[in-house]
Amino acid sequence: MSELTDLTIAGALSGLDKGEFTSRELTRAYIAEVENGRALNAFTTETPEKALEMAGAADAARRSGDAGPLNGIPLAIKDLFCTKGVLTTASSHILHGFKPPYESSVTSNLWRDGAVMLGKVSLDEFAMGSSNETSFYGPVQNPWRTTDGKARVPGGSSGGSAAAVAARMAAAATGTDTGGSIRQPASFCGLAGIKPTYGRCSRWGIIAFASSLDQAGPITRTVEDAAIMLRSMAGYDPKDSTSINTPVPDYRKALTGDIRGLKIGIPQEYRMDGTPPDVLALWDRGIQWMKDAGAQIVDISLPHTKYALATYYIVAPAEASSNLARYDGVRYGLREQGGNLIEMYENTRGAGFGEEVQRRILIGTYVLSAGYYDAYYLKAQKVRTLIAQDFEQAFGRVDAILTPTAPCSAFSPGEKSDDPISMYLNDVFTVPASLAGIPGMSVPAGVCGAGLPLGLQILGRPFEEETVLKVGHVIEQAAGFSARPRIWWKEAA
Amino acid sequence: MSKLISGATGEWEVVIGLEVHAQITSNAKLFSGAATEFGAEPNTQVSLVDAAMPGMLPVINAYCVEQAVRTGLALEAQINLYSIFDRKNYFYADLPQGYQISQYKQPVVGEGIITLDLKDGETKDVGIERLHLEQDAGKSMHDQHPTMTYVDLNRSGVALMEIVSKPDMRSSEEAGAYLKKLRTILRYIGTCDGNMEQGSMRADVNVSVRRPGGPLGTRCEIKNVNSVRFVQQAIEYEARRQIDVIEDGGKIVQETRLYDVAQGVTRSMRSKEEAHDYRYFPDPDLLPLELDPAWVDKIKAGLPELPDEKKNRLMRDFGLSVYDAGVMVSEPEIGVYFEEVARGRDPKQASNWVTGSLFAALNAKGVSITESPVTAANLGKLIDLIADNTISGRIAKDVFEIMVETGGDPAKIVEEKGLKQITDTGFIEGIVEKIIAENPGQVAQYDGGANPKVIGWFVGQVMKQSQGKANPAQVNELLKKKLG
Repeated sequence: MSELTDLTIAGALSGLDKGEFTSRELTRAYIAEVENGRALNAFTTETPEKALEMAGAADAARRSGDAGPLNGIPLAIKDLFCTKGVLTTASSHILHGFKPPYESSVTSNLWRDGAVMLGKVSLDEFAMGSSNETSFYGPVQNPWRTTDGKARVPGGSSGGSAAAVAARMAAAATGTDTGGSIRQPASFCGLAGIKPTYGRCSRWGIIAFASSLDQAGPITRTVEDAAIMLRSMAGYDPKDSTSINTPVPDYRKALTGDIRGLKIGIPQEYRMDGTPPDVLALWDRGIQWMKDAGAQIVDISLPHTKYALATYYIVAPAEASSNLARYDGVRYGLREQGGNLIEMYENTRGAGFGEEVQRRILIGTYVLSAGYYDAYYLKAQKVRTLIAQDFEQAFGRVDAILTPTAPCSAFSPGEKSDDPISMYLNDVFTVPASLAGIPGMSVPAGVCGAGLPLGLQILGRPFEEETVLKVGHVIEQAAGFSARPRIWWKEAA
Repeated sequence: MSKLISGATGEWEVVIGLEVHAQITSNAKLFSGAATEFGAEPNTQVSLVDAAMPGMLPVINAYCVEQAVRTGLALEAQINLYSIFDRKNYFYADLPQGYQISQYKQPVVGEGIITLDLKDGETKDVGIERLHLEQDAGKSMHDQHPTMTYVDLNRSGVALMEIVSKPDMRSSEEAGAYLKKLRTILRYIGTCDGNMEQGSMRADVNVSVRRPGGPLGTRCEIKNVNSVRFVQQAIEYEARRQIDVIEDGGKIVQETRLYDVAQGVTRSMRSKEEAHDYRYFPDPDLLPLELDPAWVDKIKAGLPELPDEKKNRLMRDFGLSVYDAGVMVSEPEIGVYFEEVARGRDPKQASNWVTGSLFAALNAKGVSITESPVTAANLGKLIDLIADNTISGRIAKDVFEIMVETGGDPAKIVEEKGLKQITDTGFIEGIVEKIIAENPGQVAQYDGGANPKVIGWFVGQVMKQSQGKANPAQVNELLKKKLG
């Protein structure tokens, strides 16, 4: 049965449609892989019984001709999405025992379309991190290791999502991206991952990190799967005031393979000093693939790129410091008693939040403080506008932008955890698009010298996910990325 | 009327500004669909948003915005077509989000004006600085458990308008008049019930003192005062306290104070140094609030007659005095009642009945005009009975007393109790002659009109004999004739 878990979403849907296997069979195969893969520590909560029940319902729907676009497909859900009656932790101790009495809009959309939930997957605590090492439930392992067998982080914050999909423990997974949290782990784990335009997917029921940046999206094995899954996740939601009311196209139809005449921008500012030659070489290869496919390469400038990281690390913590104020021990989650209200707050938040979350709350509180607001937060907002204008101007000349996803392949556990700045630098290519709110996708395009996957990033105009997917699809085809991680985790189990 | 306060070293002027929190009349909260009924069981009117559950998002309630715009229009204020919601961050157990959604730098309503009605028909214009929308917090109850605090989130997220005046008031009377006038306007347009006892209108009072015409002094803010009387008392106390401090060589420190109702004093709550840093920033969960000018115009066109307009109309159309007209518009229901009574009748009579007997009766019963046992229609009928000589003014008072007790129709009461005025000249003449015959002493006193006051005594006797039913005008006339 194990080959069932090798199927893409598109492949599995076709098999289900033809009656070659049932969703229950497919789901059972994945449940077995979830059990086999516990050494990866990708799941925070496994829900096998719920999965089989949902699979049974999906099979019944298919028999009666009511199969939705994702009918019977087993998914892993990032533990930042609230799932009704199922433990939802944000990988934080502060949400100890929290079972929401409601379902997020994005997961509701997935279940509406027939998808099956295998469980909840780990992340950096409150999605703050780039290596999935800040989870209260311990670091997640990347299924990929170097050719000489060294362990690697899966990236973050959607590290559990990426690890689960790469290790065939789920057909696909939901992720969220605030500054690169879908694209970077997709790159580190050899997967496709798209962050759609801000406002494309509802944020309702997703635990907030930085409200003006957070956006949900899929992590999948192929661009086609990303197109299928994004269509189900996206859509207007009146419960989210920042959700945009514009129709969701059938993204799959955009994957024509034809990008002739398309103008692809190459931003000179992304050629940064210290970028490893592997990464630069892959980027050059990507440019060549574009040319080969008949696209026109245009050199562009995004002059405010160098301010993006600093801007991001003011705006995101500022919003986070306020968004995380609700975790106060009063109504749900962890409470550590104290002699009075203030002590209770201090004890609860001191014990409930990990180091990185505390660091960002402190930074955020600082930049919003009287006397510092203008110099930090207000200035950052102005720079953010300039960064968005950079992209607007560029998209007057080009249809999409091609860059590396991350400045390196997956790094070693612990390599950057003692140095927050070097960790933050890992977001350098993904953060500008987040600040501008534009869609961005990472597509697996090659391996580095150490045998680890590397991704290329495609950025597009607001709500032009179709162009992004189309270009991503061409890269995927040209790269013919077929490497697979060696399956070491089953031995470990 | 001097508004200055005498101190040991000379005269002082008090400068007052008010920040009123008015709960918007709306069935649902500002950013959630939860209900807003007052006095419901604790924590029964709380949505996931109001409890700040993870991942919950606010969505603006358009009706609350409409109410704020309506209020702005009634205050002749500038309506800002573009405004921003900000987060005001602070920790408290009854503030679930850890921040209050409010409007900081760009409120929905800008500068306006409110005309105060003062003693003797005097008026004074007070500037409105701004009006903004914000959420209310929940309620902490510290008296339910020996060591724990209970939290009721029913009020959490309820829509408030914070209406900020300019520091234009110069006495506690003016502050009282401001609150009353504001409350009247809000009630007229139905945007707040103005009920201070239930907390749907609360005031923060800014008080400073200065030498007349001198530079503004340092102000203290007295938080959350919940009646007009307490606002006035707090101002009196605070102004005197500040004058005493300064005259004793001290300095006023900017601080937040509380009014202790039992002791009648204000107490320091926190100094400027201890003030919260609210870390305001635009709420990223909400888009800027953009209003369509046509929508605002539509609200403007739908505004009811406002108290000042109505007052002018009552003075013009009914010839009411400034004072009487002021009383009639003080509450929308009084105006409606009065107009029904006055329509087609003598307005002065109508006004006298409403402000005299009716108000006295309502006061004695402790009910509002909407609960009056005497309906406007019945009071009108009573006045008609006087006008057409069916009853005398004196009998009318008795009939009114019965109406207050029974709520009955005055015509029926007159009929049943046999109170109809006697206009039969022969019958009255009989009584007049009898009284004259029986009282030669008084006749001598009257002395053929040389001592006209005595006639009053005769009138009284005749009325008594007729059980008050004789027509007083006829009685007078006949007496004068018979007594020569």
